[in-house]
Amino acid sequence: MQAMLLDYLPILVFLVIATVVAAGAIAASYLVVPQAGDREKEAAYECGFEAFDDARSRFQVRFYLVAILFIIFDLEVAFLFPWAVSLGSLGGFGFWSMMVFLTILTVGFVYEWKKGALEWE
Amino acid sequence: MIAATLIFYMLASILVVAAFMVVVSRNPVHSVLWLILAFVNSAGLFVLLGAEFLAMVLVVVYVGAVAVLFLFVVMMLDLNRLAWREGFQKAMPLGIAVSVVLLTEIVVMVGGWSSAKGAAALRQAPMPDPASVPNTQALGEVIYTNYFYLFQGAGLVLLVAMVGAILLTHRRHPGVRRQSVAAQIARRKEDSLKLNKVPTGKGIS
Repeated sequence: MQAMLLDYLPILVFLVIATVVAAGAIAASYLVVPQAGDREKEAAYECGFEAFDDARSRFQVRFYLVAILFIIFDLEVAFLFPWAVSLGSLGGFGFWSMMVFLTILTVGFVYEWKKGALEWE
Repeated sequence: MIAATLIFYMLASILVVAAFMVVVSRNPVHSVLWLILAFVNSAGLFVLLGAEFLAMVLVVVYVGAVAVLFLFVVMMLDLNRLAWREGFQKAMPLGIAVSVVLLTEIVVMVGGWSSAKGAAALRQAPMPDPASVPNTQALGEVIYTNYFYLFQGAGLVLLVAMVGAILLTHRRHPGVRRQSVAAQIARRKEDSLKLNKVPTGKGIS
């Protein structure tokens, strides 16, 4: 347990350094630069003309469809990792259990392909 | 071990603060960012528990994908700042009622908590020694065989989610001209091109 945690120590060090550098950059630019903002300086820059609109507009729902399909296959891949690691000791049952799982998801994949959900019109 | 305890309290306190900020942030995009911070910190807690695989899956699935989804949902809500406070007064009593019910349930559940006999031993049983078997392999050895039905159930749930998402959000847009690769390849010269000998001064009809 301790040895495993020691493997993660570099990540913690990286996180700490990243936090310090990021906070330091923001703090330095806040402290060093004279803060004399006005309306024009703080306005959003849009190639010299007035900003048209709020950037936070509504997205079309097809982006959502792409994202949710991505998550589903992401989860499928997440299930594949432990299977691949322990395949040697799993035996035939473990192998075919994953094949059944993949078949179920392939049914969905064929459905979405035939339905045209993967196409960007 | 003291270092691990300190790191636990660091991660846990950041997690609680981030979760609190998710709730109280005025700007929903900011609360999504706080949510990502909360997910990363809980991944760190999983690593401290020795559940490496869960930590990595949490980062990959939640921080990556679910955060993207949350952003989409947030952006699809069409937030104009003026409408945020509208209906707050009206919905307040209902919100308080639901919160009171939830709190009561939690208090009753925690108050009447009792473990089954030998539950601690049962909980320990499937977990092999982390020093001898890596966490991911230990999971792989039980998921696909001992928990076969749950595993296939997870597959079916994913299938339902996929079909449901397509049914709910997929629309065929009429009038959109798509590229048909098969039709392009199947097209022959004779179908589209005709060579005419044009007699001088007469033309063709």
